[in-house]
Amino acid sequence: MTQNTAAFLYLISSVLFVLALRGLSSPTTARQGNLFGIVGMVIAVATTLAMPNVLSYVTIAVAVLIGGTAGTFIALRIQMTALPQLVAAFHSLVGLAAVFVAGAAFYAPEAYGLGAPGAIPAGSLIEMSLGTSIGAITFTGSIIAFGKLQGLITGKPLVFFGQHFVNLALGILLVALIVWFAKDQPAIAFWLIVGVSLLLGVLLIVPIGGADMPVVISMLNSYSGWAACGIGFTLANPALIITGALVGSSGAILSYIMCKGMNRSFFSVILGGFGGETDAAAMDMGDRTVKSGSAQDAAFIMENAASVIIVPGYGMAVAQAQHALREMADLLKERGVTVRYAIHPVAGRMPGHMNVLLAEATVPYDEVLEMDEINRDFPSTDVAFVIGANDVTNPSAKTDPSSAIYGMPILDVERAGTVLFVKRSMASGYAGVDNPLFFRDNTMMLFSDAKKMCEGIIKALE
Amino acid sequence: MASEKFTESMERLAESAAEVASQADALAAQASALVTPVAPAASGGTTFVMLFTIFVMAVFVGYYVVWNVTPALHSPLMSVTNAISSVIIVGALIAAGPADWHLSKVFGFVAVVLASVNIFGGFIVTQRMLQMFKKKK
Repeated sequence: MTQNTAAFLYLISSVLFVLALRGLSSPTTARQGNLFGIVGMVIAVATTLAMPNVLSYVTIAVAVLIGGTAGTFIALRIQMTALPQLVAAFHSLVGLAAVFVAGAAFYAPEAYGLGAPGAIPAGSLIEMSLGTSIGAITFTGSIIAFGKLQGLITGKPLVFFGQHFVNLALGILLVALIVWFAKDQPAIAFWLIVGVSLLLGVLLIVPIGGADMPVVISMLNSYSGWAACGIGFTLANPALIITGALVGSSGAILSYIMCKGMNRSFFSVILGGFGGETDAAAMDMGDRTVKSGSAQDAAFIMENAASVIIVPGYGMAVAQAQHALREMADLLKERGVTVRYAIHPVAGRMPGHMNVLLAEATVPYDEVLEMDEINRDFPSTDVAFVIGANDVTNPSAKTDPSSAIYGMPILDVERAGTVLFVKRSMASGYAGVDNPLFFRDNTMMLFSDAKKMCEGIIKALE
Repeated sequence: MASEKFTESMERLAESAAEVASQADALAAQASALVTPVAPAASGGTTFVMLFTIFVMAVFVGYYVVWNVTPALHSPLMSVTNAISSVIIVGALIAAGPADWHLSKVFGFVAVVLASVNIFGGFIVTQRMLQMFKKKK
């Protein structure tokens, strides 16, 4: 195979990757898009295998078999509620792979056309160190994110005095190391870059609280793309650069959407310290009273409504209530009630998480609407059924400039005829903000576990 | 029924792939026609500048394509981008390629394993998710 043929095949696989993302513009074309992605990957791998210096097919087959089996097994077994952790774990692998590829290029530059060991051009060394560094940060950062999402590490933001200065100092050290590496290319500099970046990855993610995880995994998604890009520059491989840039910009856009959904600036998220678990007792009840109801009350109200909008949040996922919820909705639909779902952009622990969970519970996707599509329908809706969501429905985001979530776009559930709010206790949400919605006349609190409440309502409806 | 649908989508895939291939061929022809005569006079700068051009263009393509992704599919978007970023396996394969073992081949081997976990895992979990998205009956 000539170099030109290889380059064209890489181009085709890059185009297929673009089409894979393009397919996701609608659920009807998405599966075809995924197939494009697979074909693109097969072409890229096959092209590389046909290169004259790739000889050890057995070794490679063993490696692919090990990795492929593990990947297939995990992907088939994973629960959809654990999707954010899975994605975080997968990001860490891309990061680590980038570090190893850069290491391989450093120790055997001749295989990549980068000259002899010890005489690699400075430009290539800089590209290499950027790829390595971003890869290493992605690796440890994703592991910390994984730990937080899986509950292995506390979701509380971990802050200590002088944290930002430590990070800044490490950043400067990293730049100095890269300069040294580009000038004299000693192996020790390479490994120091790896070490400092690994440490930096940990320190960058530990101060970020559980509620900001959707931003963090989007950001790490972006990093894994830029790492691939860095390696692409080192190896002068356009397919890697194009794919890395696609992934990098995709992650960046998702981070932006998530930040906007929370009305937070990207920097305030990165700097961390927001969104720990809050003290339930801290909430000032005052002399306000809440109206609470039973499953029977809720069933009665919804049965007699013409339209219901369900607002699911992460609490629904934690309680695994999506299947019971869908059953409840089916019973209501049998009684002629219009049922729709409203999704806030930051509901769940990763972008689009709620949509996947509802789809898993066989909720048709055309009943599931985004905030912008459904918000104006609340005033003409009889019942808003809030389950496992809190901050995203808090009207003080619109009215109270002193609130921590002021300015955050919210679902206007309070405009519905009746608000049914499923909640375990009066504790506040992730942002630690009091929700005045609870005390409104048209709100009825349903104190229970989300799944038990849905099952109770189902029983009452039957 | 399911297999029918599958063959149908495979056919569509094949058609589009063929289309892409022919487009690529046409592009290639154009590109070589463009490059050959002017190459000595105006080569697009050094390799780095050329790669950087590709990079910037790809960022723009990514930007516009990703904004078109429906928010309902943001989770599959993440898992599929995760899968395709494992195209880094290309670099790993070259490192693992030589016949005799040395340090860089070990690194390559490890990287191939890691990237394979991602490729298989990423595409399969994306497919699982997408299969769940169904329209109202």
